[in-house]
Amino acid sequence: MNHEKKRKLESLMALAFSTLAAVFGLFWLVFILSDVLIHGIGALTPSLFLNDPSPAGVPGGGLRNAFVGQLLITFIATMIGIPIGILGGTFLAEYARGTKIARVISILADIMVSVPSIVIGTFIYAIMVRPWGHFSGWAGAVALAVIMIPVVMRTTEDMLSLVPWTMREAAFALGAPYYKVIVQVVYRGAAAGIFTGILLSIARVAGETAPLLFTSFNNAYYSANMKGPVSSLTVTIFQYAMGPYDDWHAQAWAASFMITLFVLVLTILGRIFIKWRYQ
Amino acid sequence: MTDVVELQARDLSFYYAGNVHALKQINFSALQNSVTALIGPSGCGKTTLLRCFNRMHDLYPHNRYEGEIIVGGNNILSGDVDLIRLRSNIGMVFQKPTPFPMTIFDNIAYGLKLRGIKKRAELSERVEKALKNAAIWNEVKDKLNVSAYELSGGQQQRLVIARALAVEPEVLLFDEPTSALDPISTAKIEELIIQLKKDVTILIVTHNMQQAARISDWTGFMMLGELIEFDKTDKIFTAPSEKLTEDYITGRFG
Repeated sequence: MNHEKKRKLESLMALAFSTLAAVFGLFWLVFILSDVLIHGIGALTPSLFLNDPSPAGVPGGGLRNAFVGQLLITFIATMIGIPIGILGGTFLAEYARGTKIARVISILADIMVSVPSIVIGTFIYAIMVRPWGHFSGWAGAVALAVIMIPVVMRTTEDMLSLVPWTMREAAFALGAPYYKVIVQVVYRGAAAGIFTGILLSIARVAGETAPLLFTSFNNAYYSANMKGPVSSLTVTIFQYAMGPYDDWHAQAWAASFMITLFVLVLTILGRIFIKWRYQ
Repeated sequence: MTDVVELQARDLSFYYAGNVHALKQINFSALQNSVTALIGPSGCGKTTLLRCFNRMHDLYPHNRYEGEIIVGGNNILSGDVDLIRLRSNIGMVFQKPTPFPMTIFDNIAYGLKLRGIKKRAELSERVEKALKNAAIWNEVKDKLNVSAYELSGGQQQRLVIARALAVEPEVLLFDEPTSALDPISTAKIEELIIQLKKDVTILIVTHNMQQAARISDWTGFMMLGELIEFDKTDKIFTAPSEKLTEDYITGRFG
């Protein structure tokens, strides 16, 4: 076999293996998504959104409590996590730019992003649920916020660093103090990127189950009282999928579908914003 | 031309962080309502010198000045100088246009708002005046609420000149303002600089000797952090006293 043929064969093999790997990965992705889609859409009923769960084993009912609880916990987590994340990112990219402490925090935040969420759940369990003596929506919101903070902080830092220095210098040259340079000029320049980071961080926590299992736990009844256990879609999916009733399974599918849809929409919105800003 | 000194460097030395000696014992004066050009090969310190006059170097840690810089009669290196007030009085235009990510109107109004001007009518009036002074009013008067990024590079550069003019500074610093522009935009900016000197004192860094010859009254030739020669532009370009200056302007190096 001559040299050229050998090279072509090697190239063909490399192509075949990488294509196979991609197809293998895609297969499971499409499998999961289509399964969620097929089972989920079939189980969507008005009752799902309007009613609270019926007693175990009794058909009908819905997941209104879980939808409301999920939105409430995610909303409060966002209210806690976003400001801290943005201010932290601002510190890293502006006030502490180039210092050792900024680099250390930045690396720690990167590690935090990949810490398993169950670790954060147990951590909040230890510092909030145990001392208070009961599960609570607040603990759930704080757990999700803790997951969001490093994500928002790092995207904010990266996006602020992308704003050219001459733009800051131009604002300084007009006699602007540093905080006004940041708020009025740099934030504007990085707005789309920071907003994308926020959307993606919400998408990241919307599907979390483990941290909520240890914090807000679950509630079979409608409750918007953040001081007590609050129901959420993800924990409900966990519980219903394990349960013995066909009705529960159908509702778990529907809830899975709704969460997947929510995350998908947020992610697509995020992508659109990036494209719109950096095309 | 009056003979009042507006800007002056007295035995000015400057060190970048890490003790890089970037300016060595610089002495020169720029007269009120004149255009002073700084020329010299890349890395000679002309931009560094320009950025001393609004103390831009203070944005970065461990930079150090020695000597005196006089602006309007005050030594701006003395301890009690308010940098925000200093910079309000000295406009600066950079090599690349630096419009802010906001509308054309808001770009010009930015410096005015920093000075506490809030009344819409006064803002509108001063924005219009600044845009007219920067010879760009006719091109943008119908799109004041459009993003400044919609403008061409040359228009953006005149926009940031208008932004600097809006606050009516005494001094304008230009750092190679036309090096990123096409010849037509360059001609417009040069014309503008000559017009502007009736109101302000101008210090301009340029790597383009013809530009210095066309627009400046005084020229300083710099090399390796030293001001080799400083004189009337005519003299520098026709009968320089220093051999180095002559070699540079006749294109023997640089």
